[in-house]
Amino acid sequence: MSAAETYFEIKNLQAETEGIPILKGVDLTIRQGETHALMGPNGSGKSTLANVIMGHPAYDVTEGEIWFRGENLLELDPEERARLGVFLAFQYPVAIPGVSVAKFLKSAYDATHGDEKVKSAAFLKELRENIKYLEVDDSFINRYLNDGFSGGEKKRMEILQMLTLKPKFAVMDETDSGLDIDALKVVSKGVNKLTGPDFGLLVITHYERILRYIQPDHLHILIDGKIVHSGGPELVKRLEESGYDWVREEFGQEVLVS
Amino acid sequence: MSKESTAILDDYKYGFYTDIEADSVPKGLSEEVIRIISAKKNEPEWMLEWRLQAYRWWLKQQPPRWAHLEYPPIDFQDICYYSAPKAGADSPEAQAELMATFERLGVPLHERDRMAGVAVDAVFDSVSVATTHREMLAEKGIIFCSISEAIIEHPELVKKYLGTVVPYTDNYYASLNSAVFTDGSFCYIPKGVRCPVDLSTYFRINALDTGQFERTLIVAEDEAYVSYLEGCTAPSRDRNQLHAAVVELIALDRAEIKYATVQNWYAGDKEGKGGIYNFVTKRGHCRGTHSKISWTQVEAGSAITWKYPSVIMEGDHSVGEFYSVAVTTNKMQADTGTKMIHVGNNTKSTIVSKGISAGQSINSYRGMVQVLPDAKNCRNYSNCDSMLIGGECSANTFPYIESENSSAIIEHEATTSRVSEDQIFYLKSRGLSEEDAISMVVNGFAREVFKQLPLEFSVEAVRLLEMKLEGSIG
Repeated sequence: MSAAETYFEIKNLQAETEGIPILKGVDLTIRQGETHALMGPNGSGKSTLANVIMGHPAYDVTEGEIWFRGENLLELDPEERARLGVFLAFQYPVAIPGVSVAKFLKSAYDATHGDEKVKSAAFLKELRENIKYLEVDDSFINRYLNDGFSGGEKKRMEILQMLTLKPKFAVMDETDSGLDIDALKVVSKGVNKLTGPDFGLLVITHYERILRYIQPDHLHILIDGKIVHSGGPELVKRLEESGYDWVREEFGQEVLVS
Repeated sequence: MSKESTAILDDYKYGFYTDIEADSVPKGLSEEVIRIISAKKNEPEWMLEWRLQAYRWWLKQQPPRWAHLEYPPIDFQDICYYSAPKAGADSPEAQAELMATFERLGVPLHERDRMAGVAVDAVFDSVSVATTHREMLAEKGIIFCSISEAIIEHPELVKKYLGTVVPYTDNYYASLNSAVFTDGSFCYIPKGVRCPVDLSTYFRINALDTGQFERTLIVAEDEAYVSYLEGCTAPSRDRNQLHAAVVELIALDRAEIKYATVQNWYAGDKEGKGGIYNFVTKRGHCRGTHSKISWTQVEAGSAITWKYPSVIMEGDHSVGEFYSVAVTTNKMQADTGTKMIHVGNNTKSTIVSKGISAGQSINSYRGMVQVLPDAKNCRNYSNCDSMLIGGECSANTFPYIESENSSAIIEHEATTSRVSEDQIFYLKSRGLSEEDAISMVVNGFAREVFKQLPLEFSVEAVRLLEMKLEGSIG
């Protein structure tokens, strides 16, 4: 990618589902190495944005562009986006009965890292390390993907996938919802292992507490399908010093839940 | 060399036809035709007599219509009941042609490329054309040959067991089969012998308007063990062809028989034109104590499948198992399942059925668990899951439970699910292509059954499923 290209950029994105407009012109730029947080009330379009970035067929993009390292994602199938290094940690991961976590992850790894051949043994070794890092039981890898998993296990599974597949850009769609504080710490630990100069991250949340563990460089507030407020490090600093109460006061009680 | 027609309709890669001169009897069914078939096979008088009795019984019956299937009445006078490659085993040219056909089907019969660990009997239209590994099996006293050969070489065994599990009065198609069966396999495992290789029969319908009526009989004496595999294909044709087989399994004290089928008969085209009517009676009899019979089937072909591999558990502590994956696409119809009949005490049965429907197909599970009044402490576990792909297909489950002994424990679970857009999207978002995503979901669904198959067969089954379901979503 040339120096002029932005790492990840959304321009005037408008999307609808079943004829109902949800996103009404979203603009968002994330540079390489940055972590952004997107907050907003229920129904503001947060999950829609996450799904549109990944290419969910239930949403129609009516206007706008999404660029990632010089490629317009909207012209690509979800699997092609994944192979470019885009990852979505789902809010509600689905179960695939009969397919073990290990088999699934190996297939996904091979699909997204087509040119490098990784031996199963080496792959399993790294997978076990990641599992340990996320404080998950070793038996996890032989269980069927998300089948009978608790809510917390599903979320850890998403982060395990992220750690294993090593994407270049990830969107976390309310990964923190429904997690207790210990699980939240573990999930954050996993995410922080990935963040760095070669990574971009968009954390979508409805709760401020995850931002204590995953610290964003920028913060955006989405209301009714539009980003109504954005701030850089100075805003983040203000939040650290005086908390999130002003967000609630300014944009409504339901934007952020503590 | 005769030429081969390579017209392969749609994506059924086994749809080719081998142009080989056939010795056929004229179409139609009569006592005369049965006498001709029996004479062509040099059968003893008792065999002919049995066929004729079956035929006379069949004449008085009506075809069953209780299955959840739609098809026009079959004109039994418009079917050819015997077709064999003309030169038979004697002509080297014909042999080469047949070998080449099976080679193309992935079933090598030549000495040099035989599959390690599998002995194969190959049946082409009405006759068996080759049986491999025979000498090695003979050393252990195992008999593995065509049923026609067994009737002549081992009449005492055939007489003792044939029709004892599926009598010719059992049902319409079983009696038709008893009257006109032309070939099939015979396996006999003597007392205390574990068959060292998987025994396998490959059935091929080639000739037009020919029915295939094979008959398979497997006997495992006390403490014997055998694993048997069956595969089937037919050329693509726009007319329906009838396949009415009978398979009988007999397990004596502590014997075990595992029977696996991968059925991929031609299923007709996308509009439902052509394809095989697969009307089959398969039944096992656990005659001895602690015996075990296990059916595993992957039903992926045929325009219509009507098939209920069953186990009668007569010996105390005997075990019956049924593992099934039935896939229907386009306009295919399947009504398949099992019957588990508990006669002895402490008998145990397991049913795992996975139905996968796509296109406009209809896929029904029909199963019966029966516990007789004197059978104490019997157990059954049944699990019948259906998966729907797309919005135009249907799945049905018809479980019948008849328990006449209060000590029985019977569990039945059933689910119906849909391959969802969300599942496919989830897997695609991890880099998998649409085909790989569908195949992962479907194979996961069928996993419990596939793991019952021998490894090579299970790989084959997974591929078959992928091929069948290609392009069936979206």
